[in-house]
Amino acid sequence: MSKNDQTLIQVNHLKQYFDINMGFFRSKPLKAVDDISFSIREGETLGLVGESGCGKTTAGRSILHLYKPTAGEIIYRGKKIESAQDIGEFRKHATMVFQDPYSSLDPRMTVEDIIAEPLDVHKMYSSKKERREKVLGLMDRVGLNSEHAARYAHEFSGGQRQRVGIARALAVDPDFIVCDEPVSALDVSIQAQVINMFDELQDRMNLTYLFIAHDLLVVRHISDRIAVMYLGHMVELANADEIYDRPLHPYTKALISAVPVPDPKIAKANKRIELTGEIPSPLNAPSGCPFHTRCPYATDVCRESMPAFEEIETGRFVSCHRVREIN
Amino acid sequence: MALLEVKDLHTSFFTDAGEVRAVNGVSFNLDYGKVLGIVGESGSGKSVTAYSIMQILASTGKIVSGSIKFDGQELVGAGEKVMKDIRGNRISIIFQDPMTSLNPTYSIGKQLMEAILLHTGRNKHEAYERAIEMLKLVNVNEPEKRMKQYPYEFSGGMRQRVMIAMALACEPDILIADEPTTALDVTIQAGILELMKDIQKKIGMAIIMITHDLGVVAQLCDEVIVMYAGGICEQGTEDEIFYNPCHEYTKGLLRSIPTSDNNGERLQPITGTPIDLLNLPKGCPFAPRCVRAMKICLSKTCERLQINDSHQAACWMNVKKLMEEEGGKDE
Repeated sequence: MSKNDQTLIQVNHLKQYFDINMGFFRSKPLKAVDDISFSIREGETLGLVGESGCGKTTAGRSILHLYKPTAGEIIYRGKKIESAQDIGEFRKHATMVFQDPYSSLDPRMTVEDIIAEPLDVHKMYSSKKERREKVLGLMDRVGLNSEHAARYAHEFSGGQRQRVGIARALAVDPDFIVCDEPVSALDVSIQAQVINMFDELQDRMNLTYLFIAHDLLVVRHISDRIAVMYLGHMVELANADEIYDRPLHPYTKALISAVPVPDPKIAKANKRIELTGEIPSPLNAPSGCPFHTRCPYATDVCRESMPAFEEIETGRFVSCHRVREIN
Repeated sequence: MALLEVKDLHTSFFTDAGEVRAVNGVSFNLDYGKVLGIVGESGSGKSVTAYSIMQILASTGKIVSGSIKFDGQELVGAGEKVMKDIRGNRISIIFQDPMTSLNPTYSIGKQLMEAILLHTGRNKHEAYERAIEMLKLVNVNEPEKRMKQYPYEFSGGMRQRVMIAMALACEPDILIADEPTTALDVTIQAGILELMKDIQKKIGMAIIMITHDLGVVAQLCDEVIVMYAGGICEQGTEDEIFYNPCHEYTKGLLRSIPTSDNNGERLQPITGTPIDLLNLPKGCPFAPRCVRAMKICLSKTCERLQINDSHQAACWMNVKKLMEEEGGKDE
């Protein structure tokens, strides 16, 4: 689906730590995102998957500078985002769609005002009439009845609210959208409508997505490439089908084998790779490879040193000491 | 005789906005040792059906008519005393959110022993032993230590294991699981589903699995009920539902989920928006969203039709097909 090989966003060694108060004036860093690097090409969809607490949402927010990154750099179209001015300019091109369509829309604002808010912030219209026209155009684009512009969010169903959220994200005419679990709160039949809309908008407007989700079937469907995160680190990055059909990292293997396939014959034949134990707390991350406490292949070297995130095949990155032995 | 016989169940909620008919004429049987999946979207009435069986509806909810026979005994109108003896003892339920279904102020051990002390003749010491045994059954490590801990010291997956242990402590005949893995991560979900399957084989109780996830159904169930707008549109064995769906809604659901077959193509969603239970349409409730809806669909609801021995569906398309086939024979 990617139209060309031009890199749109480059993320280099991004770190996002949060100070957690431990009492008595002591604090401890929670390493939500710990040194991740990747790039997204123009017109591409990069899926970001992982279990709760792995840092995927934080990564998305840090890239948009909703949090100030602890370290690392975000490069947009070859230009590093640094000053407040850069950030302001960047946000005219990069927006976000949130997970929960119930809490991400202000209940006291009409849909028109919600969608127009980014336009207000960036002063992107010259008259009231232009503002209204833009809003109606956006509503039409996401399949909302423009007669409903004066309504409030609570008057809409979950799927329609998510459309409002998408219209708001499209208001500034962005080229990059971080989609944070945009369909997980929706019913299956509505989910498909919204996924299709993301696809169509991408084709029409040459959008680039960072698509964060935990549902691997959805992510596989929409993504060109998929990155897998575990405990703040990126463990694998490859083409969507490659990740799914031939996962290389032991964590990715376990994750893929755990996906409930909606087909009884496949589901019953499927052999699940069982992971022992639970995900460690990011406050007490294990030494060495973050996955070694649950990895069936872990050896001494895994316990001691952090594996590099290296390109082992063209375009395929894995962070595992033993990736060549176990595959 | 089936273990559980639900006949023409109607449950409504009486709200300020009017009567919400959450369950509209649901009938099904559940046999000993079977796993029955109930799938549907939010508002389809799958949870309300379960809550009606347990009679734990919110205060505005009421079973309007119908019959629920459990082990030969009528439960509708049976009274709180009878239900107290059944709930948690012979029929248990686990809920979606293990974070909120445990009491944060009591230790896990105390909560586990509560049901055992209430329903069985065991003394405190025996109840403790039984609780330890249950924790071992659901693969919780170091059960003695875990008994003394509080819910906040458990992860989501572990809490759901405790909930299962609690639900099974009195060896129920039926376990109702209301979206038990929806709040959990995939790897944890897979573990819980496998655990439920194992225990079911070991103990042999029947399970009613309520979920919106067809993937979960495919892992676990013998029989499947598909619900829409408070009614059953289709019921059959797992293979029949997945490989021979005979209701347009089921077909639409199966088409709209991403699989390896439709990878790279556009999905085929069900059009329209979910139904408003305050204003149910006159005919088939799915007709306004159905791409193949005919005139009759909009004016008359379809009775459930026997497709074969292990499959029923309530869709006019089947009637049409049948008539065409018979018409063909005449010629």
